[in-house]
Amino acid sequence: MSLGKAAPAPAPEFAIVGGGLVGWSIAYGLVRQGRRVVVHDEGDTALRAARGNFGHVWVQDKGAGVPEYHRLTRESALQWGDLALGLREASGIDASLQQPGGLSFCFDDAAFEARACLMRRIQAEAGDFGFEFEMLDRAALERRLPGGPALGPKVVGASYTPYDGHVNPLRLLRALYESAIALGATHRFGAPVEAVDPVVGGDGFEVRTAWGTAWTPQVVLAAGLGNARLAPMVGIDCPVRPVRGQVLVTEKVQPVLPFPTADIRQTDEGGLLLGSSQEEVGLDDRVTIGNAGAIARRAVDTFPFIEGLRIVRSWAALRVMTPDGLPVYEASTTHPGAWVVSCHSGVTLAAVHVHGVAAAIAGGRLPPAYVHCSARRFATDASGGSAASSVARKEAHVPQPA
Amino acid sequence: MFRSLREDEGTDVRIAQVTLSVDGEACTLPAGAPVASALLRLGSIARLTGLSGSPRAPYCMMGVCFECLVEIDGVPNQQACMVAAADGMVVRRQDGHRAASGVSSR
Repeated sequence: MSLGKAAPAPAPEFAIVGGGLVGWSIAYGLVRQGRRVVVHDEGDTALRAARGNFGHVWVQDKGAGVPEYHRLTRESALQWGDLALGLREASGIDASLQQPGGLSFCFDDAAFEARACLMRRIQAEAGDFGFEFEMLDRAALERRLPGGPALGPKVVGASYTPYDGHVNPLRLLRALYESAIALGATHRFGAPVEAVDPVVGGDGFEVRTAWGTAWTPQVVLAAGLGNARLAPMVGIDCPVRPVRGQVLVTEKVQPVLPFPTADIRQTDEGGLLLGSSQEEVGLDDRVTIGNAGAIARRAVDTFPFIEGLRIVRSWAALRVMTPDGLPVYEASTTHPGAWVVSCHSGVTLAAVHVHGVAAAIAGGRLPPAYVHCSARRFATDASGGSAASSVARKEAHVPQPA
Repeated sequence: MFRSLREDEGTDVRIAQVTLSVDGEACTLPAGAPVASALLRLGSIARLTGLSGSPRAPYCMMGVCFECLVEIDGVPNQQACMVAAADGMVVRRQDGHRAASGVSSR
């Protein structure tokens, strides 16, 4: 930083609250369009779902009952190759995208038939957009894994969709950060945002931290679980809650798994990641032996060779989950210039965050493609209940880790 | 290369000695010493990495860095700094990742 009489840098146009995958995706998308951005980042003490992510780019069964969400997820998966290429050019960091399609295993006939029904339903709902999937029985699955790992005796089959893949989520976060910084983003690191105060008269916002207050014409709340507290300050309900997920990683081995599954993936460096629990335990991000054991058991039920591998690390992280599992993309109507972005699929949706969502925020309005993710679905109606559409979606959508 | 301070002080004679082999080369050291100390005495690397093929040797000596992975008595990816030397132990350096089947690639 230069002292003295140098001209001050132009003030940022957007303050982004949150230095995780979502915040840096939006920041990178905005600076790519020449916008001036400052990212307020709580720092390494933040809960930071981005640091515990499994690393899936995952479509499979997402969005049953909400074809708009299925389509958004698919479009992000389809744009991921361009995102990875752009990040590598901008930052020199390879996010290690591999996208061979993915498998979701079934361990009894009823589960296999239920899964086939679910996939047919998504295909029907997709309409002209289409949806490719295959239901692979045990024999077909073995043909799909020639010379690959033997299947456990309980495996009945799996669904396959060609859109799925995986990345190194830590390298992704670093690549987004380096790319955004290279294009001029500013990083304010080490203090949580205490409040976002709309300035009376609609003249922007004061972003308040322990270090002081900074004025911004527009603010994007991408603070993960912090959005539950911050979003109401700009007139938006964002009732996100923590859902804990635990992950185990094995010693590195030679390439053995050509496809990621819903629970197992082999990284480009050789280790196998085993996931992932869904636990409603509040803000507790500790690991537990019981759930880690269940994760290991399911992995061994899928591929018995995993029993012979050593676990070298395990961790837990807190997903950012909305009541219906869908993301939140919202522009404040009461406080124009304030935006809220929340999701539990910060990796899968990174491509649409960098491309479509950042472009929408830069352009000042969210296109109809994002209406299904409006926070207005959380607003209570006159009778005190949730909006009817939100109830229907709650039943329809099964949140998946990604 | 590395040698034991206790040998220099002449106190090692009171400690039982064991002999193991590293890729066929015998190494005698005090019982209970980490296998990694045998690699250091012999000036031997532990392995070639699976990603870049670059050499790795014992580094942190406390189980943190995972640099000193070797095969011990047929079990690959053992942290040499965390395993106590025993008489007759067969240590092999690793070349790349182990196979998933549990058989070393060497």
